Amino acid sequence: MFKGQLNTEQVFPYPSALSEDQAQTLQELVGPVSRFFEEVNDPEKNDVLEKVEDRTMQGLKELGAFGLQIPVSLGGLGLSNTQYARLVEIVGMHDLGVGITLGAHQSIGFKGILLYGTPEQKEKYLPKLATGETIAAFCLTEPASGSDAASIRTTAELSPCGTYYTLNGGKIWISNGGLAEIFTVFARTPLKDEATGEVKDKITAFIVERSFGGVTHGPPEKKMGIKASNTAEVHFDAVRVPVENVLGAPGAGFKVAMNILNNGRFGMAAAMAGTMRGVISKAVAHAANRTQFGDKIYNFGAIQEKLARMALLQYVTESMAYMISANMDQGASDFQIEAAISKIFGSEAAWTVTDECIQLMGGMGFMKDAGVERVMRDLRIFRIFEGTNDILRLFVALNGFQNAGSQLRGLQQAVKNPLGNAGLLVSEVGKRMRRRAGFGTGISLNAVVHPSLNSSAERTVRAIDLFAGAVEEQLLKHGKKIIDEQFVLKRIADSAIDLYAMVVVLSRASRSLEQGHSTAQHEKVLCDTWCMEASDRVVQNLTSLRADSTRQFFKNLRSISKAVVENEGVVSPNPLGI
Amino acid sequence: MAASGLRAMVGVKRVIDYAVKVRVKPDKTGVVTDGVKHSMNPFCEIAVEEAVRLKEKKLVSEVVAVSCGPQQCQETIRTALAMGADRGMHVEVPAGDYEHLSPFHVSKILAALAKKEGVDLLLLGKQAIDDDCNQTGQMTAAFLDWPQGTFASEVTVDGDWLKVEREVDGGLETVRLKLPAVVTADLRLNEPRYATLPNIMKAKKKKVEVVKPSDLGVDLAPRVKTLSVDDPPQRKSGVKVETVDDLVAKLKESGRI
Repeated sequence: MFKGQLNTEQVFPYPSALSEDQAQTLQELVGPVSRFFEEVNDPEKNDVLEKVEDRTMQGLKELGAFGLQIPVSLGGLGLSNTQYARLVEIVGMHDLGVGITLGAHQSIGFKGILLYGTPEQKEKYLPKLATGETIAAFCLTEPASGSDAASIRTTAELSPCGTYYTLNGGKIWISNGGLAEIFTVFARTPLKDEATGEVKDKITAFIVERSFGGVTHGPPEKKMGIKASNTAEVHFDAVRVPVENVLGAPGAGFKVAMNILNNGRFGMAAAMAGTMRGVISKAVAHAANRTQFGDKIYNFGAIQEKLARMALLQYVTESMAYMISANMDQGASDFQIEAAISKIFGSEAAWTVTDECIQLMGGMGFMKDAGVERVMRDLRIFRIFEGTNDILRLFVALNGFQNAGSQLRGLQQAVKNPLGNAGLLVSEVGKRMRRRAGFGTGISLNAVVHPSLNSSAERTVRAIDLFAGAVEEQLLKHGKKIIDEQFVLKRIADSAIDLYAMVVVLSRASRSLEQGHSTAQHEKVLCDTWCMEASDRVVQNLTSLRADSTRQFFKNLRSISKAVVENEGVVSPNPLGI
Repeated sequence: MAASGLRAMVGVKRVIDYAVKVRVKPDKTGVVTDGVKHSMNPFCEIAVEEAVRLKEKKLVSEVVAVSCGPQQCQETIRTALAMGADRGMHVEVPAGDYEHLSPFHVSKILAALAKKEGVDLLLLGKQAIDDDCNQTGQMTAAFLDWPQGTFASEVTVDGDWLKVEREVDGGLETVRLKLPAVVTADLRLNEPRYATLPNIMKAKKKKVEVVKPSDLGVDLAPRVKTLSVDDPPQRKSGVKVETVDDLVAKLKESGRI
């Protein structure tokens, strides 16, 4: 199938999407950006102030950091996704609060205009957004609509004259909500179905200027982390939005929202890779200098395991981020699963790495002066926002089934016995899964992986076969109801994430070995180590799905949860009975 | 010459970045430069900044950035262009010759270029942070037979004259120089700006001309032979003394007092 083949090319060899000129440009940009974050930006101060210092904000605007991907002709830097990822990595290494201010602006705030804007909309808004003269925000979340984005209640009604919409509603937790002049807003609009004449509410995206009137915002929210970034409620009270400001087609807003988010996720993985790079340096500096029990602590196995795992997680995340950014730059349109995986993996990896850094530093890590506790607080939100990791896991798992589902409908029409098609369908899904992981059905990885990584490649192939088998089984067992089997879906997703991670590091380490990089042998060890543990985890996750005891286990989890909810808390009393 | 028409040339040297921990090569012929981060010599940055500020005040009409060395020097020139220099000149010195390139050669090159380009003001850093020679500005002024204002902490253009405040031992000295002149920048002359990303992109369109030392009639034959490059001696651990008397005794013992 087309998708499968495209993916094969995408994953092996590890892609490089930079032209010589782009690489040269990037080389020149990295220095000044690093220097700005080392010498001008003060993350501690931003955190205490709960805003980005004015001089830093001004400096960032002058630096050009607000228009990284806006075309040069419209005043931006016109960077590719790969170039953007590299710069975001620097931001992630130094200050995630600033990262959110920049990301809410360009990764989601005005990304809709870049992706869906008409030439007029681009001309009108992008030049000022590029210089940071105006700041953008992305307004989707509402009090009653979080992960279930389709349930928003903000409304936009077309005026009788047909020249403007009247926008009403409230959005919460909007990054840059208090700073922004330009908002990408999603609202329900009643639309008449041309065919049936039936009027239905559909989501439409709008570009809303604060200056339209009726746009207000609440005070900055008090948060656990990323305090430097502004987060506020934004209210729209009878805001008149001209019809020219509809973004994309009327009624296509949900797709617009999802594509904006899909397009931004690789940037989060890149930022997390940078965060980990920074945190690991701190951990290593401590481990190399701290003496306990008469020895430097890096000589102890307990510390060695921590450092090694930290390095592994960073390597995987970074490999994913640049794999995806390269795929996107090479024109791939089918990267949303990979992007979701990279967001899940990166945010959890960075959390673990930072937690372990604090653990390794002991009491010193817990102190504010070490500068790691802030990173920990800043990081927490990454597992929650832009699609919680839990929702994204369901998204990853269901995708395979979803495609299969539409095929099922097709087959149902062709053959009048839907149940009889299960076998056909299942073989299709198995093939699809194998292809999705990067190779044609039945082909081993030996042709594309460096020979010295063969054992890891074999482990990966075995894990993928097992995965395809498990997916078939679950589909046979649950049919369309697989959607409701979240315990199962979570394990399928975890395995898909592990598999993608294995394939990505195999690809990157192969490239390093083939090109004779000075770190190639180290990368081989990273790759082999990752594949050993990850493949075991996949085997365990998937074989458990087959076991009868697992069914009981899921049942138990359900009943415990139900009891706790009914009891409004822990059910059992204190063992002392007091 | 019209006050608005001064032509300024700035020397920019590519050096190992100040934050890098320098390592000596095993054969002691120099320091390891391969795969090491390089950037513009900080004093040269100050010189570029000063030239660009003079241009912004419309006292200078054109700023030319010059660097001598291998191909990678063009990155340093690009940085100067991103900071606001108008065009670049790269004096290409092959890696082999570059190892022996000394202030003597560079000042001959700069002098020849200054004449060729009709420069009124040659701005340099007072010294480079790699070899710490602090000779190029002075020697260039000598070859050109121009007045020099070294270690400048303030530069004011006054018609055909230049007022330079110099940081000397024990205070400040102000000198008046007749243009054309050579000025070398000290640390407190200004705080150089950051090259912004849009300016880096724009700098790509600026021209960098490549010239060879032979075109300028400069002979690169080495005049100085490096015998050995060594790490600074490791500090030996000291001893703790209990009393002042012990301290005096120890110092006498080691022949210090």
